[in-house]
Amino acid sequence: MKLSRLTRGGFAVFAALVVTFLLGPLFVIVLFAFDKSNVQSLPIRHWTTHWFAVAFNDPAVRSALWLSVKAGCAATFIALVLGTLVAFGIHRFRFFGRDTVSLLLVLPIALPGIVTGLALQSAFNISHIDLSIYTIIVGHATFCTVVVFNNVVARLRRTSTSLIEASSDLGARPLQTFRLVTIPMLSTALIAGALLAFALSFDEVIVTTFTAGAQNTLPLWIFGAILRGQQLPEVNAVVVFVLILTAVPIAYAARISSGEQSFRSTGSK
Amino acid sequence: MSVREGARERLGAALWRRPWLRGALILSPPLTWFLVVYLASLVALLITAFFSVNSLTGNVVYQWTWSNFSQIFTQSVYGTIILRTVIMAVLVTITDALIALPFAFFIAKIASRRSRQAFLALVFLPLWASYLARVYAWINILSNHGVLPNIESHLGLPVTNLAYTNVAMWIVFSYLWLPFMIVPIYGAFERVPDSLLEASADLGAGAWFTFRQILMPMILPGIVAGSIFTFSLTLGDFITPLLIGGSSSNFIGNAIYDSAINGGDLPFAAALAFVSIAIMAVYLLLARLAGAFDAI
Repeated sequence: MKLSRLTRGGFAVFAALVVTFLLGPLFVIVLFAFDKSNVQSLPIRHWTTHWFAVAFNDPAVRSALWLSVKAGCAATFIALVLGTLVAFGIHRFRFFGRDTVSLLLVLPIALPGIVTGLALQSAFNISHIDLSIYTIIVGHATFCTVVVFNNVVARLRRTSTSLIEASSDLGARPLQTFRLVTIPMLSTALIAGALLAFALSFDEVIVTTFTAGAQNTLPLWIFGAILRGQQLPEVNAVVVFVLILTAVPIAYAARISSGEQSFRSTGSK
Repeated sequence: MSVREGARERLGAALWRRPWLRGALILSPPLTWFLVVYLASLVALLITAFFSVNSLTGNVVYQWTWSNFSQIFTQSVYGTIILRTVIMAVLVTITDALIALPFAFFIAKIASRRSRQAFLALVFLPLWASYLARVYAWINILSNHGVLPNIESHLGLPVTNLAYTNVAMWIVFSYLWLPFMIVPIYGAFERVPDSLLEASADLGAGAWFTFRQILMPMILPGIVAGSIFTFSLTLGDFITPLLIGGSSSNFIGNAIYDSAINGGDLPFAAALAFVSIAIMAVYLLLARLAGAFDAI
């Protein structure tokens, strides 16, 4: 397709505008976190890291952060086990209903989050299970599994199974093969999957709203504080902290799994 | 070789000879999880939708009734809420498609290889960045003393007051889900070989003709894939309507949230959730009828 210089230039300007639209708000939020004033407005006159200290010393923020970290780690661990198992099962074996399994995995993030959240709450209600950190973990593990699955299955497709067969032919026991061949082969995919799963869990609000009951995870604390319109400078600092804590593992995951399609298709809330 | 090792080896050999056994062993833990936790929950949701709540005690009455559904379909307030949600989901989907199409075309077909990587990274950053952070940023931008009115008054422009309006909600939703539309459309453009576009030009087709006749049919599946995300995510949200739209712009999600969390009426919330599942199903059906899945 032949495009004139002018048309190409027009497209470039449009693309620059879109990037500004995408990143501008993130820039604003980081800027305001260092604003000394109680009311956020431009231009910023005095800079400070005071609000980060306030947030860090707030017991409500601390306990919410701790709950998020615990739930995120546990959910990531479960997702890692389940996602890897499904990836192996789907990759190695041809069986009836294979497509249904991958559909089932993606359903928790393909359906509106509120449906997943409410469905879990209904199930806990019917089976008389009180909402606790365990119900949060169950919900998070359910929608994080697909992220691990996508990363591991993409890696399995790119590597050949002959390495594993060679290992058993040369006399390695199944566990030895698993430890010495399979795990090193998958390691970066597993790390990338785990990082993305943790980031997804750490930031999730909608499903958590329905599975947390009276507890506050960090996103639930942020949501509540914005809703009440109180402690907003503190919210700013916490939000930037969350932004960094999720962006860093994601950027790292993207780096170590670069070239694999899996990373692109799994972004979701 | 000890007895134990021998047993282990025999077990390994037995598993090696029976692939179905290995498959079953590997797949049963995750499948059990998804059947017991997830599918059972969806069934629980369906069943709960037909229960009711005792208005005195606030407990769920486990007795079959249609009252939740009849309430949704007879009270006009729910019709308004459902209509508002669907119209917003459609508007956001169209807006994001209109922005994503030229943008993805630029990255895939015009930008140099190097800047393509940079552009992609810039799209992925907000895709994975904290949802609440991005919503909160827009509160700071659109509020009465926010960034936008500030800039406008500095430039001597008329000051817009978008806080707590449907327009604000439309902007923020379009912003939130834009990366979900860009990524699949970019993927579709990437799969179109350049030689195809050159052939079209060599045979005398203009840019517009090539776009409509060659490119459009090939990227339509990408647009549909993106639209499923933008539509579903808008449909299920209650946080943006609450924080950006304000009290007079309830979505289905807000009605669900209010009934389940604040009102303690889980059965009614479940019935509403089924309305949104039904809308999603209709949307997928329409996309299918339009032939959007044929090319996948």
